[in-house]
Amino acid sequence: MHVKHLLTASVLTLSAASPAFAENVLRWTSQGDALTLDPHSQNEAPTIAMNGQMYETLVTRDADLVLHPELAESWEAGADGWTFNLRKGVKFHDGSDFTAEDVVFSFERAKHEASDYKEQIKSITSMEIVDDHTVKMMTDGVNPILPNQLTSLYIMDKGWAEANDVLVPQDYAAKEENFAVRNANGTGPFVLESRAPDEMTVLTRNADWWGEGMFPGNVDKIEYRPISNAATRVAALLSGEVDFVLDPPLQDLKRIEATDGLTVKTAAQIRSIFFGMDQGVDKLRTSDAEGNPFKDVRVREAMNLAIDREAIKRVVMEGLAFPTSMITSPGVLGNTPENDAPVGTDPERAKALLAEAGYPDGFSVRLDCPNDRYNNDEKICQAAVSMYARIGVTVNLDAIPKSQHFPKIQNRETDFYMLGWGVPTLDSHYVFSYLLDSEGSWNAAGYNNARVNEITTDIATEIDAAKRTSMIEEAWTLVQADMPYVPIHHQVLAWGLAASVDIPIAADDAFRPRFAVMK
Amino acid sequence: MISFIAKRLAQSVLVMAIVSAVSFSLFNFVGDPVNNMVGQDATREQRLEIRDKLGLDDPILTQYSRFVGNILQADFGLSYRIKRPVDDLIAERLPATLELVFVSAIISLFFGIVLGIYTGIKRNSWGSRIILSTSLAGVSLPTFVIGIALIYVFAVHLRWLPSSGRGGVVELGWWKTSLITLEGWRSIILPAITLSLFQLTLILRLVRAEMLEVMRTDYIKFARARGLSERAINFRHALRNTLVPVITIIGLNIGGLVAFSVVTETVFQWPGTGLMFIQAVNFVDVPIMAAYLVFVALLFVVINLIVDILYFVVDPRIRLGG
Repeated sequence: MHVKHLLTASVLTLSAASPAFAENVLRWTSQGDALTLDPHSQNEAPTIAMNGQMYETLVTRDADLVLHPELAESWEAGADGWTFNLRKGVKFHDGSDFTAEDVVFSFERAKHEASDYKEQIKSITSMEIVDDHTVKMMTDGVNPILPNQLTSLYIMDKGWAEANDVLVPQDYAAKEENFAVRNANGTGPFVLESRAPDEMTVLTRNADWWGEGMFPGNVDKIEYRPISNAATRVAALLSGEVDFVLDPPLQDLKRIEATDGLTVKTAAQIRSIFFGMDQGVDKLRTSDAEGNPFKDVRVREAMNLAIDREAIKRVVMEGLAFPTSMITSPGVLGNTPENDAPVGTDPERAKALLAEAGYPDGFSVRLDCPNDRYNNDEKICQAAVSMYARIGVTVNLDAIPKSQHFPKIQNRETDFYMLGWGVPTLDSHYVFSYLLDSEGSWNAAGYNNARVNEITTDIATEIDAAKRTSMIEEAWTLVQADMPYVPIHHQVLAWGLAASVDIPIAADDAFRPRFAVMK
Repeated sequence: MISFIAKRLAQSVLVMAIVSAVSFSLFNFVGDPVNNMVGQDATREQRLEIRDKLGLDDPILTQYSRFVGNILQADFGLSYRIKRPVDDLIAERLPATLELVFVSAIISLFFGIVLGIYTGIKRNSWGSRIILSTSLAGVSLPTFVIGIALIYVFAVHLRWLPSSGRGGVVELGWWKTSLITLEGWRSIILPAITLSLFQLTLILRLVRAEMLEVMRTDYIKFARARGLSERAINFRHALRNTLVPVITIIGLNIGGLVAFSVVTETVFQWPGTGLMFIQAVNFVDVPIMAAYLVFVALLFVVINLIVDILYFVVDPRIRLGG
């Protein structure tokens, strides 16, 4: 009897769920689910993407990555900080009003020790509520790119956070799960309907959204389910169970394209792949050479000339890569077509340079490479091994999972390593301060150029745009001559879509549902 | 009897302690969780601070004793990855795994026994030969290949069944089941077949071998001589005697099914404990990995304990041998 009731109930739910009335349901998938719905807890792409459907930021980017007002209508720089004029009449999903208080609260929450965003906004020293819809943020010196740094800093409701005791982000060492991990209350275009982590998350259109009618999107409901296995993910698209796959494996794109009713979209990604050479230590750890060959710029140039980037693009990447000689992508302020053009391949010249530097018979070194992080990461490294063999450099490949690879870079335990770098702020300062400044936390290449260090410090506070751009250019010219890295290519990202869905693809790989149109 | 069980229990505890210590020491080689826990812009100091907070730099023995101490207080900690209590997560995911294991156990039992009898009785027929040679695929093909092949045939080409996920879930109190809806059965059928194939082949071959053995014994010859019907001989006399070893094997293999479900669940995105474990390994989510390994070890130990006790009850020789 009991079971019969349940059966009837479930049949009813099933029929209610089927689109009897014209409701646009977008079903999509990607490899990894959001880790948490707490907007300040994890600085990780899938988490930011999921939360960005429910929460909003002061400043956002459109699919062309141009800055756009979101919860702030406008902003201007002053001598000691930035003033943000907030959008009026905005309500959170629970009905409470969005005010300057919520902004200050959210930023303070994001500055908390347990937040993963504290580094991005560390330049903010204090905040001042001018009125209900104006906030002033004082910075430690002038910060010309503060708005660029706020594009994934979501705004929470102070009242909701107080009522649910989520005043600070979830702490790792805590024993209890906090309310914000599985509940959300933002101002965004979609409202959380249900969430089963790693199974299914359902969002429904927010009819009271401030942007209603201002964007082309016509999706009423979003059903997201992660599928970790790549082949299964593609199968779900091929069988029509999902309309959109964010991360189909590159080798399946031709097959998706060839299927009726499916399309593929590709775009250059803001992520560059390169090898780092440790030129900072006196003796390489994994080499038979005396001292450190990487200290000599001729050796570094030879390492660059040995790589056939076109061959990697053609054979390893199936055409889906943009060969380069820069470690930052087009779209980032500082990337210029001249610097971006790949250096040629010239093994003979490379050999001559090695001989000149005192290594006529080459040397050996270990290449540390991840095998589960970037597109075809291990295969790129394998290709590089044979290219280096041609100039007499014996490269021993050590390809390991990312959880073991990245600590080697952070702890400076590697001579020669693969790294990929994305730039969320779209400004070269992000690249300099982490990869090229002698104190940079990811500068395992040990690169140290006094002028580059100086420029890195200066562009953090230079407000004159023209002057700043020319300083960035100067620094890049120095870096291109020093060749501390071996740039390979910029990654291409690809989406698989049903032909009935149109979603603008963007270089940051973010899904923007407010622009998603279902035909 | 009581002293025997007490001895067995003491041994089980020892096994648990060793298994958990060995698996715990392995975590040192999986990598650094902190890198996955913070964004790329975190500073070195922040990383060190988290390591320090989590006690990741303590000697492995200190970490292990802290871990055991927490377990004894039923505190498995918070997942590094999704920041929820580990015991809640396991309790939430367990029904999915157990239902999958249950259905595949039924499939492998039913088809294993039926086909085993058939190939045992009609051992020279073409049907038997075809079954035996295709059953080789069940043992020799890796699970994920079988899973992907089934998905491409039944979900992509024929579109009869969903390719992945667990649909039609209904909550019965704290137990979420998918076995009482049509949608639920549609989604469990492919993963259950994938998971069952290996066990099915094993049971098939075991039943067949036992049948062939039993058919040669004197009491079957005698039954034939008495003029009993083939049906009565095959099913009442022969089959019953083949089932004893089959039941033993099945008991032991339920644990194996749970362990094998790691691969099947990953291929079909089946939201059980196995999928959770794989995701934990990729992220180096130590609290979940530790709890899962302890859980699986416990499962094997309990099953073995029950089997041992059953032997004790069934077989007088153990009692006498001491």
